[in-house]
Amino acid sequence: MTAGGIGEPLLRKEDRRFLLGKGRYTDDLNLPHQAHAYVVRSPHASARVASIDASRALAMPGVLAVFTGADLAADQVGGLPCGWLIKSKDGSPMVEPPHPPLVTDRVRHVGDQVAVVVAETHAQAKAAARELEVEYETLPAVARLRDAVAPGAPAVWAEAPGNVCFDWELGDRAAVEAAFARAHRVVEIELVNNRLVPNAMEPRAAIGDYDAADDRYTLYTTSQNPHLIRLLMGAFVLKIPEHKLRVVAPDVGGGFGSKIFHYAEEAIVTWASRKLGRPVKWVAERTEAFVSDAHGRDHVTRARLALDKDGHFLALRVETLANLGAYLSTFATVTPTYLSAPLLGGPYTTEAVYAEVKGVFTHTVPVDAYRGAGRPEATYLLERLVDKAARETGIDRVELRRKNLIPSDAFPYQTPLAFTYDSGDYQATLELALRESEYASFEARRAEAAARGKLRGIGLSTYVEACGLAPSAVAGSLGCRAGLYDAASVRVHPTGSVTVYTGAHSHGQGHETTFAQIVAERLGVAPEAVEIVHGDTDKIPFGMGTYGSRSLAVCGSAIAKALDKIVAKSKKIAAHLLESDPGDLEFEAGAFRVAGTDRQKSFGEVAFAAYVPHNFPHESLEPGLDESAFYDPKNFTFPGGCHVAEVEIDPETGEVELARVTVADDVGRVINPVIVDGQIHGGLAQGIGQALCENCVYDDEGQLLSGSFMTYAMPRAADLPNFKVGLHVTHCTHNPLGVKGVGEIGSIGVPPAVMNAVLDALAPAGVTHLDMPATSERVWRALREARGQKGPTP
Amino acid sequence: MKNFRFHRPQSVAEAVAVMNGAEAGKYLAGGQSLLPVMKLGLAEPTDVIALDALRELNEVRVDGEALVIGALATHYQVHTSPHVNKLAPALADLAGHIGDAQVRNRGTLGGSVAHADPAADYPAALLALDAVVHTDRRALPAEAFFTGLFETALEPDELVTAVRFSLPRKSAYVKFAHRASKYAVVGVMVARLDKGFRVAVTGAGPKAFRLPELEARLAKSCGPDAFEGFYLSPGELNGDHDASAEYRAHLVGVLARRAVAAAA
Amino acid sequence: MAKVSLTVNRKLASVDIEPSTLLVELLREKLGLTGTHVGCDTSQCGACVVHVGGQSVKACTMLAIEAEGAEVVTVEGLAEGERLHPMQEAFRNEHGLQCGFCTPGMMMSAVDLLRHNPDPTEREVRAWLEGNICRCTGYQNIVKAVLACARAMRERAAAPPPASKGGRS
Repeated sequence: MTAGGIGEPLLRKEDRRFLLGKGRYTDDLNLPHQAHAYVVRSPHASARVASIDASRALAMPGVLAVFTGADLAADQVGGLPCGWLIKSKDGSPMVEPPHPPLVTDRVRHVGDQVAVVVAETHAQAKAAARELEVEYETLPAVARLRDAVAPGAPAVWAEAPGNVCFDWELGDRAAVEAAFARAHRVVEIELVNNRLVPNAMEPRAAIGDYDAADDRYTLYTTSQNPHLIRLLMGAFVLKIPEHKLRVVAPDVGGGFGSKIFHYAEEAIVTWASRKLGRPVKWVAERTEAFVSDAHGRDHVTRARLALDKDGHFLALRVETLANLGAYLSTFATVTPTYLSAPLLGGPYTTEAVYAEVKGVFTHTVPVDAYRGAGRPEATYLLERLVDKAARETGIDRVELRRKNLIPSDAFPYQTPLAFTYDSGDYQATLELALRESEYASFEARRAEAAARGKLRGIGLSTYVEACGLAPSAVAGSLGCRAGLYDAASVRVHPTGSVTVYTGAHSHGQGHETTFAQIVAERLGVAPEAVEIVHGDTDKIPFGMGTYGSRSLAVCGSAIAKALDKIVAKSKKIAAHLLESDPGDLEFEAGAFRVAGTDRQKSFGEVAFAAYVPHNFPHESLEPGLDESAFYDPKNFTFPGGCHVAEVEIDPETGEVELARVTVADDVGRVINPVIVDGQIHGGLAQGIGQALCENCVYDDEGQLLSGSFMTYAMPRAADLPNFKVGLHVTHCTHNPLGVKGVGEIGSIGVPPAVMNAVLDALAPAGVTHLDMPATSERVWRALREARGQKGPTP
Repeated sequence: MKNFRFHRPQSVAEAVAVMNGAEAGKYLAGGQSLLPVMKLGLAEPTDVIALDALRELNEVRVDGEALVIGALATHYQVHTSPHVNKLAPALADLAGHIGDAQVRNRGTLGGSVAHADPAADYPAALLALDAVVHTDRRALPAEAFFTGLFETALEPDELVTAVRFSLPRKSAYVKFAHRASKYAVVGVMVARLDKGFRVAVTGAGPKAFRLPELEARLAKSCGPDAFEGFYLSPGELNGDHDASAEYRAHLVGVLARRAVAAAA
Repeated sequence: MAKVSLTVNRKLASVDIEPSTLLVELLREKLGLTGTHVGCDTSQCGACVVHVGGQSVKACTMLAIEAEGAEVVTVEGLAEGERLHPMQEAFRNEHGLQCGFCTPGMMMSAVDLLRHNPDPTEREVRAWLEGNICRCTGYQNIVKAVLACARAMRERAAAPPPASKGGRS
């Protein structure tokens, strides 16, 4: 092993600047002569914009301009595109309504962009925005899924009858029906997957900067994928060719999916910068972020599981309503469909699965991918259903899982829903989690808690997820309008130090360290001699960014591929220097050695020779050591594992305390174990947030009730226990690093484990159902109803 | 935030004079409630009158059978004051559960009571500890001080200078905090005063209130039987998507019982 | 306009501001100290925590003008030259940060805790940090870092003074 190479707990290289307060986030950047934009947003969920009178706003101090949708339309500014075309059962394409950066006639959610005020300072822009006179004629609104599909519901879009964007299916319906016909038992469940607000700690921000001298635009933005923004904004919205548009995503303070998408404000500041001839900066306030960042989840699902008499899963049938919000955000349509339904087989040998998903428009903020994106929804459904099946069949819930898990010798395993799981060992992670959680001795803890008047419960989930998005051919055949490969460029400098240009974007994941470890391992150089560059379309060859746990599996593989080219070229140079044949050389620990001899050249010497090629045979050996590679994955990767949660409930108040969380995960090969643990911790915290406290609530009029950090509850330090994290690794078989992915497993695996624990605690009291989040009041109500009490408890 | 004139008077009299000369003035006493409200544009004073130069108002002292806490004493000061911890530990405990450490370092007793947030913690303590609010011109019993949702008996220019708390024989504060805001969904303060039990509730209604029926029962017995059949009607209580009126009513009973047990 | 004079990270600063300027705006926009962040507008997140007069406060919930004459320390003032503060060391060693956005406020808050309580329990650390939200780490390594820092600072305080009385290297 190389020092600082693969598998070592190297301290993060990027930390120093953050610790010193020298991180450079978008809002930390200020360009000379910069103006400030403030977006005027709709206070109504649904209304016609009757008129906009900007005269008073324009007269306010410092105001430079007020722009409306009409100004954008006059410049032929296009709408924000949706990146994935979903087709309905009948083959018809989804309804794709217009999505202009500023509305022209109608607002369709609270927070919809109505106008933008640009002024010398943020305070002036904000003050002037309050003077903008917008006359609204309010219209009926619908915010909740069931209301939106009810007959007579207000229509979000005239072109989408019944508010249905698509009515999609996946799987073999006939096979599922046949399996149900011979089932010994059928278990049914209906669940709400609660709507969430991602809330990365850094609010979104963007600075547009048009350079008239070169006729060139630069956009600084809080993005997880600058090249995707360049593609979408350049090609569809502002029609700027790539060579005239640079997108920079500097340090980004967390994303969790919410910073994947192309947002209106990015296009507005870029366009306005040219209009005004000045850089234009926009920074979201937090309460503004609540009504302008894409939300996550928001599903209502009914499912039925068919079992044979021994408890084997025969078939699963699922019907889901997925809230898409008022407009289609970049990945809104793929999240509840292809990113979710294909995983409904889970880690089980279920023979047939059939899923139907209706994408539904509502007068709410667009809903899109949020940490896990579709997989948490599938996993939550499945694991709640398995627990319910265990209760109804009387088969122990661990036994029922053991009975149905895909055996470890069955890989590669073809699921009934198109996926081929390449590797895994679900029994091993299950057994590890049971052991580490002291599952066997739980009843003693339950009894001890009962003696203190508390209800204690334990719950688990066994899960598999798909990440490493994505084989372009598969994505393309399923409606993706882009490829999902990635790119890397490795530049070895004359003195042997290395710069890597990656299409991944690090906003907390530690790529500057992990990727350097891969280079260190392959080239035998110290990680300190490696610099990772990301987040700038002028520097990076290409890239699709960071989401769907793809950075290591896809972007890291691209780096590995480029490194292979570096090694191959280096070998040729070394062979030339050693006057031998490249085939006779071994490369080990940073040196090329003629096999069986002590004649060798270090990697540094080779690098130097590459740039000082005094006696190179020019017809067969080019100078320089700089290689690029594009990597298109052959398959998705499939992390899996088992999460166990233990809760304690105060039966008087309904308060749920999370006592223990133990996880055993298979994340594929580990590059940096400390970073892996950190990623798991963070995902768990967000998953626990979904299960216990986070809930985005709209009222009947489409007003957001949980629209600030005062009302939207996220876990704090005191709400969480220390997590016990264990790994049982099987390598991915189809990428060069053997890696799978780790960023999302916490938010995928743990919500059902927590809810199963809550229900386990409440089961003795007769409670059989509860939706997330398990807030104190909901738990209290469930207990009260189970006791058969109507009025308030004396 | 909208601009304003800023004043830093050197005496209470000067502060009140400045307020009287202002079109729409606001006293700034820590600012942990006022500044968030101003940032959201929900308050737009023309004049902000900072009280931090009035050092004489942050004293905590014992005065015979009472604890007198200056209006500018921070929550941190009250939480850590040896006098408060010795003579009214529940009050110190309450102050240690307001907001978070940073809010407690800036926020003040006077600022909190003058703001009269229905979910603030202090009002429960003022009612339970039979407190008297001292201002630049008069003394108001707590029950007359809090008049409604964000409303007090203070005149527009009136300045809270101190709060005088009766010393309890025993007391306890039990709080059920909102998970996001850390304000009280319900908070119950129980105090055993020389003249009997006092039970005060914050968070549940438009303003803090006492539970006379329960106090009467406790006068007879402070055992579990005091709560038999006791329940608060949710009718007048706050209800929102985080906690319904019914749930708050239930919590009042549970927390009151726990507070009584702790103060018994 | 008003003038405010204060000490920031041991340096005197005298700046003309509007009275409505928040302390965090003064630091970020007038003094270029962008390590102090703004993560919310309701005083919950704690990304803006700095020290004023030796106490941790939320710089988004204090007027700059209230800091007249005060000693303000921001995350940029934690390290001594090239040498990281023990809290910074601990956050690095324990992987207590991911995206880094909450980190400055988190560290400033934690330093204040150790000033009050040099030997906190894990529970006390978690309780103290209620005014700081982190969305990346699940807090586990932050708590570990604060405990490790407390240990390191106690050991440093207990250690005999170094033999050499020379200046800092």
